[in-house]
Order: sequence, then structure tokens, then C-alpha cells
Amino acid sequence: MASVDHSIEKHVKAYEPSFETMVPTPFVKFMRTCILWQIIRFIIINIKMLLVVKKSH
Amino acid sequence: MARLVVMGGGVSGHTAATFAKKWLGNDHEVVVVTPNSNWNWIPSNIWVGVGQMKKEDVVFPLAPVYAKAGIDYRQAKAVSIHPEGKEGSDKPFITIEYTGQGKEGQTEELEYDYLINATGPKLNFDATPGLGDGNGQLGPHTVSVCTADHAVHASSELKKVFEKAKTEKQKIVVGTGHGMCTCQGAAFEYIFNIEHEARKAGVRDNLDIQWISNESFLGDFGIGGLHIKRGGYAASSKLFAESLFVERGVNWTIGAHVKKVEEGRLEYIQLDGTEGEMEFDFAMLIPPFAGVGLKAYGKDGSDITDTIFAPNGFLKVDADYTPKPYEEWKASDWPRTYQNPTYKNIFACGIAFAPPHLISKPMSAPDGTPINPTPPRTGMPSGIIGKTVAKSIVDLIKHGEGAKLHEASMAEMGAACVASAGKGFKDGTAAALTVYPVVPDFEKYPGIGRDLDYTFGEIGLAGHWIKHILHYMFIYKAQLKPGWTLIPE
Repeated sequence: MASVDHSIEKHVKAYEPSFETMVPTPFVKFMRTCILWQIIRFIIINIKMLLVVKKSH
Repeated sequence: MARLVVMGGGVSGHTAATFAKKWLGNDHEVVVVTPNSNWNWIPSNIWVGVGQMKKEDVVFPLAPVYAKAGIDYRQAKAVSIHPEGKEGSDKPFITIEYTGQGKEGQTEELEYDYLINATGPKLNFDATPGLGDGNGQLGPHTVSVCTADHAVHASSELKKVFEKAKTEKQKIVVGTGHGMCTCQGAAFEYIFNIEHEARKAGVRDNLDIQWISNESFLGDFGIGGLHIKRGGYAASSKLFAESLFVERGVNWTIGAHVKKVEEGRLEYIQLDGTEGEMEFDFAMLIPPFAGVGLKAYGKDGSDITDTIFAPNGFLKVDADYTPKPYEEWKASDWPRTYQNPTYKNIFACGIAFAPPHLISKPMSAPDGTPINPTPPRTGMPSGIIGKTVAKSIVDLIKHGEGAKLHEASMAEMGAACVASAGKGFKDGTAAALTVYPVVPDFEKYPGIGRDLDYTFGEIGLAGHWIKHILHYMFIYKAQLKPGWTLIPE
């Protein structure tokens, strides 16, 4: 069984500013560089950006 | 034949000049006056600053491009504007001083029918003692990524720190070097690119990376922050920004005005009056921006600089400059045509126009030191404004003074922005953001000031791919290669 990456949580310290925000889970981090998912996001982000560009011209 | 003179060849000035020439053809003259011999795609300077790109990757020579376009290029800096002409002539003109083309130091009078001020900012390093060298240039204690040459220098200094970090702890500070800075985004990109490169180099554990900025909350970015739809909530950019800082182990100090920089240390004051200092082995601090210091003179030689320019040196346009408290600010305060109210044949675009006020809420330390981000006028809005101003001037030239001016208010315009958090085809990430409108309109969008359907953001590899593609796309467009007009600003 693959070990869970808790490397992000190590930066969180109780009662410090880092404790008061959200941190990504290992799954969210994985998806950020998952090639297949990012190809889909690439298409979606481009469409969203083009809509804003069109609305701004 | 009419003559349009464009002062400045950056994103906004270059856009204005190239479109104006395309639309005017050879019936009229377009002249660009810029002290630089190269065009620089500034958003990629952060990659030069971490050694992931070379200077040659982010610049190209302007002369051949302008020769191809039929634009009269003068490598010179504008010194003064004479909108009423001079004794014996009513023809308005500017004075320029050459910085290249074999005429270095020579001055010249250049007459115009229409004038665009797109000079961009003066990098005001000397506003913070020790940040500058006392002569307006970058001082010896810190580095910068504001120009391609600065970024090359930053990269070489960073390499030394990484080398030392193989055997000993090193401290890095990145952020804003004054309470009135803008361009937090560039510093944001640079700090996360440093962090990314440090991990790749295996020295991350020996680096203490600190962020310092004038934002009252992380994620303000000089536009008062933004909200993004996520998980059924409209969530503040503060959450996303703080999340990234925690994830990457970067500590932050915000609401800070850097008072003084010395070798290896800086002093700051925060909004609550707290005073502190930071030690560093490497620091990249963005300077505040000011107008480039152009003067203006009447027909009789009297100084009319205050008539044309705001006190910060930026050109007055059709904005509402009436001083009023934050609660009374309106979207309609922002300019629409960028025409100077006194001299109707003078326009401004990009950073060179004087904004009516900040976008972020004005704040100050208990001793009165203002600490607030100033409004960004770069990137997509800068290009759109340049093109809009060019359209207006072309219509004025072709159809006479009664022609209707084109409009592009930052309160009715969106912006797409991609902030790199690390470069790499498979492991790079960037925050892809859109915001609509750039200046929040709390009357139209009560509460958060923006349209949630057009304001979004997410971080990931796709954002990095987009940023990398945009790098090539905008350089291609700026070089006026086939189909350049099809690429939007």
C-alpha cells in the first residue's frame, strides 16, 4: 500500500497563521500534475479565458 | 499627412503603435520614441531570474520589426512635451534625447499631431533608502526582475546562494520594497519559482524563504483581492494564497513598508505599528513605480507639468480625480478614453496613465506611513487600452475631431493572468486566473464587486502550459509575424 504524503501538513503549526487556512490534500496535489486531468483542465481554462477576453474587447 | 508619436515601446505603446500603423497605412506617419533597443516580454523575466530562460529568450530587437512595419523608430528618451508649440509656431512637439542609433546624447524636437504617452514606469528604487544606488538605479544589496538585465543578475546571485545552501543555511526574502508598490504578482511568481528550483537542486531544506509585502492580506494583488467559486462557496483569494504559502513552506509578513535596506538586512514597519527587521543572504524586492519624470511647457516656456501630469508623474486622463474616501469610490471614477482633459490630442495608455485612486483600500501605519498596493495597469488591460487608444486616434485622423472615441474602462474589462509557481513540462505549476472586472464594481456586483461567472482561478500544470504558450504567442505577435492581429491582447 502506498504511503500517504503528509509533507504539507508538516508546515502547519497550531495557533500560527498557517493553522488558519486550508491546505491541499495529497489527492488534490496529485491531480495538479496528473497529465490526463490537466489536459482536460487546459481545455476548460482556455475556454474560460477566451470568454473573458471576448467580454473585454 | 498626420503624425502620431508614441512615447514608449513596451506592451501598451508597442500595441498602440503597431495597430495604428496597420490601420493608417502609409497615408500617415507613426513614430515610436523609446530608449530601449529591445522589446522585452516582462512576464517571463521571472524565469530568467531563476536560470530557466536566457535573456535572448525574452527580448528581441525593435529596429527590424519597426522597419518592416514602416514605423519611424527613434531610440531616444522623451524629455518634455510642448503641447502649444513654441514662440513662432503653434505646432505641438516633444523633445527627445537619443540613447542609441549612433546619436547618443543628441537632442531633437519632434512635432506631432497626436501623442500617446506609453512610457511605462520609472523604477523608483531610491524611494527606499538602500534599495537604490542613489542615482535611480538598483542598489547593491538586493536584486530585481523588473528588466531582463536585472533578471540575469538575479539568476547569477541566486546560483551563488544555492551553491552555499549545499553546506549551510541561507535566508531568502522576496516581496515589495516599499509600502506603495504594485506588481506583487511578479514577486509572487518569483518566490515560488525559487522554491521550485531549490527543491529540484536539492537545497530546499537549507533555505529559509520569507515573503514580505505591502498587501493587507495575502492575495490582495493590488486589486483588492478576488473571490472564486469553489466547492459551493465564493471563496476569497486570501484562502488560496495562504494555502499555497503554507503548502510550499514560505512564511509571510504582510502590511509591511520596507523602511531601509542594508547589506544583508532590511527594516520594516507594519500596519499595526510593529517594527521589525529581516536578515537575508538574497533578496528580490520590487521597487515602487513613478512617472518617468517628463516635463511639460507652455508656448511661453512656462512650466505646465502640473496641468498635464498628476503629482506621481503619471498623465492625467478622463478619470475622476476628485479626492474621496474609499466608501465613495465608484467604477465610474475610472477613465474610459484615456484622453488628456486639457490637450485633446494627447492620450496615455498602460502604466503611464494616472489612475483616479487605488483599487485596494488605502491604509497606513500609526505614524502615517501609507502601506497599500497601488493599482496594476499591466498585462492584458495594458494591451487592450493601447489598442483602444490607437483606434480612437486613427478615427480622429481619418474622420476629424468629431469622431467618437473608443472606450475601455478597467471597471468594465476583465483580465486573464497566469502566475507561475514553478517551471517544468511535467512538474511545473501556475495559478491561472481570470478576473472580471479588474476594478471591482460594488454597485453592479454587490458584496464582492465582481462577476463570479467570469472570475475564476486554479493552480496546476495546465496553467504552466498556458503561461509557456503565451510566452511564445505574445513574442510572435509583438514581432508582427503572419496573423499577429488574430492573437488577442
